[in-house]
Amino acid sequence: MPTNTINGRSFEVDEEGFFTDRDEWSEDLAKDLAALIGIELDEEHLAPLRFMRQDAAVTGVTPTLRRLQTVGGFDIKSLFALYPGKPAKKMSWLAGLRKPVGCV
Amino acid sequence: MAKLLILGAGTAGTMAANLLRKALDATWSITVVDQDTEHLYQPGFLFIPFWMEPTRVKKDRRGFLPEGVEFVEAAIRRVDPHAREVHLADDRTLAYDWLVIATGTRPDPTLVEGMVEALAERTNVHEFYTFEGAKALKAALDGFDAGRLLVHVTEMPIKCPVAPLEFAFLVEDHYRKRRLRHRVDITYVTPLDGAFTKPVASKELGGLLTDRSIRLAADFAVERVDGKRQVLVAYDGRELPFDLLVTVPPNVGQQYVFDSGLGNESGFIPVDKHTLRSVEHERIFVLGDASDIPTSKAGSVAHFMTEQFVGNFLAAVEGRPLPHSFDGHANCFVESGRGQALLLDFNYDTEPLKGTFPAPVIGPMMLLKPARVNHLGKLAFEQIYWNLLLPGRKLPVPTEMSMAGKRVPAGQKE
Ligand SMILES: Cc1cc2nc3c(=O)[nH]c(=O)nc-3n(C[C@H](O)[C@H](O)[C@H](O)COP(=O)(O)OP(=O)(O)OC[C@H]3O[C@@H](n4cnc5c(N)ncnc54)[C@H](O)[C@@H]3O)c2cc1C
Repeated sequence: MPTNTINGRSFEVDEEGFFTDRDEWSEDLAKDLAALIGIELDEEHLAPLRFMRQDAAVTGVTPTLRRLQTVGGFDIKSLFALYPGKPAKKMSWLAGLRKPVGCV
Repeated sequence: MAKLLILGAGTAGTMAANLLRKALDATWSITVVDQDTEHLYQPGFLFIPFWMEPTRVKKDRRGFLPEGVEFVEAAIRRVDPHAREVHLADDRTLAYDWLVIATGTRPDPTLVEGMVEALAERTNVHEFYTFEGAKALKAALDGFDAGRLLVHVTEMPIKCPVAPLEFAFLVEDHYRKRRLRHRVDITYVTPLDGAFTKPVASKELGGLLTDRSIRLAADFAVERVDGKRQVLVAYDGRELPFDLLVTVPPNVGQQYVFDSGLGNESGFIPVDKHTLRSVEHERIFVLGDASDIPTSKAGSVAHFMTEQFVGNFLAAVEGRPLPHSFDGHANCFVESGRGQALLLDFNYDTEPLKGTFPAPVIGPMMLLKPARVNHLGKLAFEQIYWNLLLPGRKLPVPTEMSMAGKRVPAGQKE
């Protein structure tokens, strides 16, 4: 497994760069990562990430956009505005979770 | 008398009824509930738009249940796991000691703005995940000979996740054979970042799309279907115009699962992925598409898991530890047109790989590579389904995935 280091903090990632260990994550680390993709992590950005981490801690899997909508109460359109392009991917990466599989 | 109740007499419910009637003695009653009497061979829905006679996919489901199993025809309205009762739409209530849920998944177009209305017109927006839809799509293809055709997956998971890709390959072949291919522009539209979920399969199947000049629109999260303007609109603002849209609506659990509070946000019931027992209610097991296990929702999977389930069920009833561990084994043929198909064989831990697949008599099959022998395997599945799978007989494929013949990519361990 490759290791990434940013601003002196290192963490294990898979081939696509997603965290392999949830516990290596912190909000500060997420802020540094977000800067790399041009996002400034404010409270609005952090809310879905926090939900995703709490949810994944219980279910063991990265929640889908539908779950963010129906269980977390987030509006999908606003998530696209906060994380343009590929919100599901960007958010799971920044939340220190595995890539959402969307199953098989 | 102990009462076993099975909800759903589709692929998994029928197989479970057959295997459990053999395994349980006369002190057990077995009752199976389904809303109707017609068993549909759903893999046939893929072929109805092209050549399969629709009547061929329907048989009376009661003929596939063994003696000693009672069949109740009624729609299920609610399960009460605390009272151990199932309420039916005709106001009857059935009590149980043990419950097997096998009511599958259904396409739900109401989850996408504009999709219900567009499908209802049956003009330029179609689907093939229902019997009626597949028949209407045949008529639509017969009348379509030029324009932009989109083959679209709304979101994952869906049952038979390869079916939309197969449709894309078959429809390409359909127009090629009619010498109309140059007039029909085909695009495969998916919410995934490639043709399929797993890396090796995604690369091989993506390559095949390129070879067949089928465009790929990836990472497309659909917001709405605009039937009037004939465009598919994504959340990120992208718009894809179409003259004919073949969509796969979101697949969710049955309404009674939501109403009983048994499912997750998509109506799939959380189970232990190895034992298939409900995580919340120890007297409930879930088989087939209805559960939340992270593998393909497919008939072959329903078969492998039901085989493993029987031993677990018998142990659970006697209060013993559950002996069997389902590995997520899936074995799926992918029609690729031109009389060929690919074969995917994988489980929870091993993604579909290239290589060969040992198969008695006709074998070996080619993994992840178009071949005639795989296509024959896919066609043979119809007879295997009715004659071996539903009655719960052994298939010519091992229950647990095997690494025999598979080529592991360099740098990876088995
Ligand atoms: C287009 C298409 C192509 C496919 N191709 C393949 C393939 O090539 N290979 C493969 O392995 N699989 C394929 N599949 C998938 C396969 O058909 C399913 O995975 C399989 O049938 C699942 O079995 P099941 O028992 O879970 O559900 P089902 O077989 O769908 O059975 C569910 C049963 O529950 C009943 N039911 C539902 N709700 C209620 C209610 N409220 N009250 C009473 N009864 C109810 C239904 O009437 C039905 O009989 C395909 C599916 C489709 C749609």
